Amino acid sequence: MSNEMNNPHQEITHPQAVAIPVPTGHETQVAEGHGIHHHEPFITKYIFSQDHKMISKQFLITGIIWATIGGFFSVLFRLQLGFPNDHFMWLHTIFGNWAPNGQFTPEAYYGLVTMHGTIMLFFVLTAGMSGTFANLLIPLQLGARDMASPFMNMLSYWIFFIASVVMFSSLFVSTGPFSGGWTAYPPLSALKDASPGSGTGGDLWLIAVLLFFISQIFAGINYISTILNMRTKGMSMSRMPLTIWGLLVTAILGLLSFPVVITGLVLLFFDKHLGTSFYLNSIYISGHALPNVGGSPILYQHLFWFMGHPEVYIVILPAMGIASEVIAINCRKPIFGYRGMVTAFFAICILAFLVWAHHMFVTGMNPYLGAFFVLLTLLIAVPSAIKVFNWIGTMWKGNIHLSVPCLFVIGFVSAFISGGLTGIWMANSAIDLDIHDTYFIIAHFHLVMGVASILGMCAGVYHWYPKMFGRKMNNTLGYIHFWITLVGAYLIFWPMHYEGLAGMPRRYYDYAAWHTFAPFEGVNTFISVVAIVVFIAQILFLFNFFYSIFKGRKETDPNPWKANTLEWTTPIHPGHGNWIGEIPEVYRWPYDYSKNGIDFIPQNVPLGPEEEIEVAKENQPQPV
Amino acid sequence: MWLAIAGICMFFAAFTSAYIVMESHSSWQDFKLPDMFWFSTAIIIISSFTMHLSVKSFKEHQMMRYKTLITVTALLGLLFLIGQGLGFSNMYSRGITIQWNLSAALIYIIVSAHMLHVLGGVIALFIIFARAYRRHTRTYDPVPVEVVATYWHFVDGLWIYLYIFFLLIK
Ligand code: HEM
Ligand SMILES: [Cu+2]
Repeated sequence: MSNEMNNPHQEITHPQAVAIPVPTGHETQVAEGHGIHHHEPFITKYIFSQDHKMISKQFLITGIIWATIGGFFSVLFRLQLGFPNDHFMWLHTIFGNWAPNGQFTPEAYYGLVTMHGTIMLFFVLTAGMSGTFANLLIPLQLGARDMASPFMNMLSYWIFFIASVVMFSSLFVSTGPFSGGWTAYPPLSALKDASPGSGTGGDLWLIAVLLFFISQIFAGINYISTILNMRTKGMSMSRMPLTIWGLLVTAILGLLSFPVVITGLVLLFFDKHLGTSFYLNSIYISGHALPNVGGSPILYQHLFWFMGHPEVYIVILPAMGIASEVIAINCRKPIFGYRGMVTAFFAICILAFLVWAHHMFVTGMNPYLGAFFVLLTLLIAVPSAIKVFNWIGTMWKGNIHLSVPCLFVIGFVSAFISGGLTGIWMANSAIDLDIHDTYFIIAHFHLVMGVASILGMCAGVYHWYPKMFGRKMNNTLGYIHFWITLVGAYLIFWPMHYEGLAGMPRRYYDYAAWHTFAPFEGVNTFISVVAIVVFIAQILFLFNFFYSIFKGRKETDPNPWKANTLEWTTPIHPGHGNWIGEIPEVYRWPYDYSKNGIDFIPQNVPLGPEEEIEVAKENQPQPV
Repeated sequence: MWLAIAGICMFFAAFTSAYIVMESHSSWQDFKLPDMFWFSTAIIIISSFTMHLSVKSFKEHQMMRYKTLITVTALLGLLFLIGQGLGFSNMYSRGITIQWNLSAALIYIIVSAHMLHVLGGVIALFIIFARAYRRHTRTYDPVPVEVVATYWHFVDGLWIYLYIFFLLIK
């Protein structure tokens, strides 16, 4: 589409795939060229920027801020779980009513847990993850000057930003933030009087999450249309780096699943404010029967988990893409089984829509129906295993450089395996009936999704930092950050498997009333202490990240990792438009490492004479 | 555009599956849909025709006819919205409010969600209409018009699907 364009001042035409025409703005705003970049006013350069690289940084920094808040909240509620009998007066000083005598109230505790889940899953690992890497990498790795619709791209960030503001403000309402869990099951979430957090806090939660989904739908439409329409010459789909494949499938999953949960949330809103009873049936609140009859809370669960399961893959697929790319570069080997990887992405995409009810085995569903979901859930382990096999296959006999991003990717693979294996247990409904809603679930999804994709995201940040900021992060701090995080994560989540198998339920405020769980008191304290240490280690990362933006060692090599993909053919500080002069043309796939004794051959290097012969041989039936 | 349409399809698919689920519940009460809906159905089908004709005249560079047809389409769209509104007031006057029964609530919600999408289409029509006037240099790039037309036919088809669905499921 815009690939032959060599005049960066020209407006980037958007393909017809973009949604409803955007009224103003887009036509009038002309993309600035690189040479005159510093003339651009502050507002359009840093704030209402339409440059995909700036939007990517905005998503990343917003995500980091949210991760800090969400992580801090987990430390706070771990204080309650680890030290149920202690009073910390400083909590009262900071949090006032939330912790009247130095201990969080049950309401505040549930608020913290709910906010932790919502923030981490939606704001950090969905918006932060896809927002950062899709915006940065799609145009740069495919050879496009910007996204299909830079305006819609900017819009998606700002809608997300408003969602953030709304969510943040809910922390300050007097009745507290929403406290019904990140899944917001009715009736708790549908009745204002069900709990303090279900009042104003619940409304703000609902608005923020709806805005968030809308922003991600906009973003996703943009990602898909850019990938399909704006690849440079020679960049056929089968030559795309796996990062892009991951992001493509992520966007497809989001586009098809977010509207469904929007439906669910709209109905929830009606139940709450307009007197309908979609999810409500014969409920008693403080001795009085409510007039609402006829609804079913299970319907909400279906609508929610129809998004909920794809969502967990939305969180992990970008990390899988990053892992594939980083691992090939750091092992100086072509990725093992490129086609298998792509097929696995699509298998995951399809299966992800067919397994949602594995979150609902205990809702009294027909066991025969359950059996189908057991089967499909077990099936999804197959493409996941293919990917793991291929990463390990890539490392096998590779010339591994244990750089910081590479370590994070190895950590990612490890956590993904550890958490994925327990998924296979829970997929069997007979086992799941026993361990559902226990700490076993917490251990499963934190390892497979939480830890794995945070590690993948860190790998991505360390790897593409030089591209984003033109400077380097400090390596030593990176190594320390990695080891504390990885070891800490295992120390935190591994013991939870035992707690869960012993039946310890999740989402409880205090376990003192149960004898069975008394032996876990020490374990709980231990987990909380490690959680605090790991949180402190993240401050190293924060320092490293923000300090290096201004004071990090300047990057002098445009291709510091000796990588093949196109983003490293741009200048160290690319302007809006990315390439000075023409966009490079692509002649090969991105994984020609150690080919014919050459360390690496970037994608824009034409085939050598020997290679031409090879290709001709491969394509014998239809010669090129 | 096709991507947006896929998203919207999922949105309404979720609604209709909610409808099917709720419908099986014992407290579900059916009621007669307002006759007005037949009228608006006819209107929106006609508007798809005029939309089609306007794209055709655009491609034949008959700008005057194009402008007229696009105006007619937009007006028919507005008429459709009014028709739906009248249908609602008819339901309301029969005491079928949103709280009356889930059946009514779902009809209200699904129909108004669809109306919002039609409204979006009307706004898009006005935008390309304004463009046709603003442009001094004539451009005959049919892409924006075609995109709007695709969307228009889609919301039309969506309504037909929804209406048949409501009628059949009774
Ligand atoms: C190997 C394939 C996997 C299988 C077979 C599997 C299976 C399951 C099952 C059966 C549950 C429901 C447990 C219950 O609530 O009783 C579950 C929960 C969960 N899984 Fe997985 N899983 C797999 C991979 C993943 C991946 C890759 C992710 C994320 C990237 C993930 C994230 C989650 C989350 C977030 C929950 C819990 C949600 C909640 O209740 O709050 N799982 N998994
Ligand atoms: Cu799941």
